[in-house]
Amino acid sequence: MEAAAEPGNLAGVRHIVLVLSGKGGVGKSTISTELALALRHAGKKVGILDVDLCGPSIPRMLRVQGRAVHQGDSGWVPVFVDREQSISLMSVGFLLEQPDEAVVWRGPKKNALIKQFVSDVAWGQLDCLVVDTPPGTSDEHMAVVDALRPYSPLGALVVTTPQAVSVGDVRRELTFCRKVGLRVIGLVENMSGFVCPHCSECTNIFSRGGGEELARHAGVPFLGSVPLDPELTRSLEDGRDFIQDFPDSPAFPALSSIAQKILSQTPAGLS
Amino acid sequence: MEEVPHDCPGADSAQAGRGASCQGCPNQRLCASGAGAASDPAIEEIKEKMKTVKHKILVLSGKGGVGKSTFSAHLAHGLAEDENTQVALLDIDICGPSIPKIMGLEGEQVHQSGSGWSPVFLEDNLGVMSVGFLLSSPDDAVIWRGPKKNGMIKQFLRDVDWGEVDYLIVDTPPGTSDEHLSVVQYLAAAHIDGAVIITTPQEVSLQDVRKEISFCHKVKLPIIGVVENMSGFICPKCQKESQIFPPTTGGAEAMCQDLKIPLLGKVPLDPRIGKSCDKGQSFLVEAPDSPATVTYRSIIQRIQEFCSQRLPEGENLVGS
Repeated sequence: MEAAAEPGNLAGVRHIVLVLSGKGGVGKSTISTELALALRHAGKKVGILDVDLCGPSIPRMLRVQGRAVHQGDSGWVPVFVDREQSISLMSVGFLLEQPDEAVVWRGPKKNALIKQFVSDVAWGQLDCLVVDTPPGTSDEHMAVVDALRPYSPLGALVVTTPQAVSVGDVRRELTFCRKVGLRVIGLVENMSGFVCPHCSECTNIFSRGGGEELARHAGVPFLGSVPLDPELTRSLEDGRDFIQDFPDSPAFPALSSIAQKILSQTPAGLS
Repeated sequence: MEEVPHDCPGADSAQAGRGASCQGCPNQRLCASGAGAASDPAIEEIKEKMKTVKHKILVLSGKGGVGKSTFSAHLAHGLAEDENTQVALLDIDICGPSIPKIMGLEGEQVHQSGSGWSPVFLEDNLGVMSVGFLLSSPDDAVIWRGPKKNGMIKQFLRDVDWGEVDYLIVDTPPGTSDEHLSVVQYLAAAHIDGAVIITTPQEVSLQDVRKEISFCHKVKLPIIGVVENMSGFICPKCQKESQIFPPTTGGAEAMCQDLKIPLLGKVPLDPRIGKSCDKGQSFLVEAPDSPATVTYRSIIQRIQEFCSQRLPEGENLVGS
């Protein structure tokens, strides 16, 4: 791939997308996982790099908890999620001996592991590498952006929920992207409304429209709203492939369209 | 930021400067001399400063977005309803401060006085401090690495003129990293009453909360109890309850039983909670009839009871 400024384990990766949000619990890991599944449905090979070191949730969502990472000739071999080996995952969750163990690390140690994650994982050929990040704008974010810079990532997907409180944190995240020179692919509004399974009334639990308004205000593309769907939460909890199980979920079209928008992007720059 | 060798034993450990990984590290001599092990003088200064603060409560959660700031804000509101109780709310979420917004204090600035930074007062008995008050615009991002964040937390504890306070509530960011270690270390000599841990019912959240509990054990921080947030949703149209975040593994209740820690209460999801936070108002006052308010009040009472049983040393001599 042209973007490979230096040879390495990311040389065979076509697109790199970071999933960011200033706020926690807005669904970064959910969106990262669903995006990977949607890309897989489009016939792509996907990798997920989970750099949330203190709270890795993707192994559980994809039901690969407790798997071990092996050391191969060219580095750590990521964990394959499905039999077809179309989704591979790397997470600190695979390096812990006890699932409840807390990773109580300060910045420098987190930075060192992230560098290793970027340089030492043998991803092989991938159409897209989705990088899931923890909340905030601190060590992990700077470390991963710095380490990925030579590989010209496509950009960042910024996730928000509709409330003003969350939108406030996201404004700061957009400033972060600007400061570190990371392109914003677009904004995704998660948990937009809740459809009552009893009476089909849609309640906007976390109010609505904040994401779209923010995107307009900040001049970044708005990629879509993903509604709250209890079935979706449940399927993620159980670690099922919800896109296979629930193609009728109201969240599905939203995610497929986001995946298509990403696939239609051209690489950010050929440095 | 310079890199730390992979197996660095830590500057304060007995192995500092002597471990295999210390070979070739530029700090090897400094670490071996024991300079790193000397405790930060700020810890003593903070202990002095905190003498006028009776109870200190940390609000923690491994996971983000479960309602730590909402809970911290309403714990402060609830405690401050008694005008004889002095309450201080400190937001140490340096990269994502939401307390100013939730408390309706956005755009306020901190003032410098002879005795340090003055908190922003919402009521006479409710002072608030957050990095949000130090930023010039809502778009300002605090892109700081660990050491700088730690410095800020130290300043918040040492240089803010807290005055006579009954309860200091510390709202934290998600995770178990710099901010958490720092606040626990800086307050180590000043005695923390304990931590309230917030979760939502799903396993994805509980999994992070177990890590937070293991963190509390590691740093010997007492746990006051667990609050389960977003526990069920009552449709405003048909009044039927649904589980938006299903407790597939038994929720916080099963976890608390399992780990033998108290469950302080389960707060249902009420769309009015989020709205009050967006408007910066107290939900307890805005929706006094909501089941969530009732639960909140009972949780606040249990926290007060917990704290009154753990009077700081010396209290018996000065009191009455």
